[in-house]
Amino acid sequence: MRGLLFEKKNNGEAQVSSLASVVSFTLAFSILCLLTLAAFASLEYHWNWSSVFKYKTKFIEGWLVTVLVSSLSLAFACLIGGLSALAYRSRFLPLRYLFKIYVEITRGTPLLVQMLLIFYVFADAAHIENRYVVGIIILSLFSGAYVSEIFRAGIESVGSSQLLSAKSIGFTPYQTFRYVIFPQALSRSLPALAGQFANLIKDSSLLSIIAISEFTLNAQEVNTSTLSAFESFFPLAIGYLLLTLPIFHLSRRLEKQLTFDS
Amino acid sequence: MKIHLDQVTKSYGEHRALDGICLELEDARSLTLIGPSGGGKSTTLRLIAGLEHPNSGYISVNEQLVPREESALRNYRKSIGVVFQSYNLFPHLDAVTNIALPLEKVHDCSKSESIDRANELLKRFKLAAHGNKRPSELSGGQNQRVAIARSLAHDPDLILFDEPTSALDPEMSAEVLDVIEELIQQGKDCVIVTHQMGFAKRASDFVAFISKGKIAESGRCQEIFEQAKTPGLQQFLERELKY
Repeated sequence: MRGLLFEKKNNGEAQVSSLASVVSFTLAFSILCLLTLAAFASLEYHWNWSSVFKYKTKFIEGWLVTVLVSSLSLAFACLIGGLSALAYRSRFLPLRYLFKIYVEITRGTPLLVQMLLIFYVFADAAHIENRYVVGIIILSLFSGAYVSEIFRAGIESVGSSQLLSAKSIGFTPYQTFRYVIFPQALSRSLPALAGQFANLIKDSSLLSIIAISEFTLNAQEVNTSTLSAFESFFPLAIGYLLLTLPIFHLSRRLEKQLTFDS
Repeated sequence: MKIHLDQVTKSYGEHRALDGICLELEDARSLTLIGPSGGGKSTTLRLIAGLEHPNSGYISVNEQLVPREESALRNYRKSIGVVFQSYNLFPHLDAVTNIALPLEKVHDCSKSESIDRANELLKRFKLAAHGNKRPSELSGGQNQRVAIARSLAHDPDLILFDEPTSALDPEMSAEVLDVIEELIQQGKDCVIVTHQMGFAKRASDFVAFISKGKIAESGRCQEIFEQAKTPGLQQFLERELKY
């Protein structure tokens, strides 16, 4: 019994058998489920799944929009973040400061504020009618600032001995970046980048504020038509977990791979 | 090789690493730089390698002045090879690519030519079975031999070794020193910074003792090790050879 609940130390090395993992996980999960059930029981809530089930296509459509918007935003965020990380190294100072200001302001203000500002002021001024396009721009700019910091940290993590080596070989600055800095910085950025993608997916829920029919807004609409709040929001939570859990898992695996490689 | 150092100084901020180094070597195959840590040996080597600029003074190698201007300096670096203390191989590339990539990108060899040359060198250094391994999968001694192969691949006029065995245990050090000695015997010009006095004594034909940013004494290997003149060198050798 003890062996199923406690980590074993074998010559100072921690060991957990797969059976112990399963048992302990089931136990922890059951406790959480019981607590939740108890809370709902005291609420005397009357579940009404059938009314919500009718809207299943609305959930699926919303979920797909979330996946699409987040993926496109991540692609653009990588582009912006890459440019920004390069601009940080630029010898042309105004460019460097432009991106510094962008990163600081974006990281220092709430997404909601940026969203309202871009949607009502900048997008309006630029006559961008399609709110999905605006939504992708908002998320890309927001996430780009974080990706920029991830890339910058990756670039700076390439040690001076590598640069010295590249110099002694006779690489030009471009070749040093292309063959030495970039590949190493990229592989070191991947775990954090995967984590950022998971954050981006969750952050995309705020797009419901500007009436983009993504997962959260659709769930809210189902709630309004059926008046079944919990039945609408449970699938929402599960829909997000379906996306974020594998990504976090991937991020952790990449991290392990990285420690193995270096 | 001919090496001339004329009143070379180098400072890092307040710290004066080299305080007017002068050395005139007319015909040496291997020069060893010895001396206490922080005395300026590695700085001297880096200046000869064209990796850093001196604050003043001149350096010439084989009657060619080491240039100051970056693009000329890059061409100069192509003509030499450098081996570092901590190998400085590229960790994301396997052994073959570590050697072949500079050949292909800097020395304009074709890809297949570069890979053939890399494999040939790996074979020569008894690393043929490890060509597809990355530095993290190789031992320190193996990595250093890959690094030597890389520095040798483009057939440079001169190879510089910056404490090539300081990060290695005695057995691996011996592996690497054997390779360096073999290169010297085959007629490759080498400048070596080392703490291994036994090796310096055996393999070099010229030795410079660098201490406090100056060359305190220099001469033929035998003179330095058997008839040291300055008290500084005498003390240094006594300490180094004690154990």
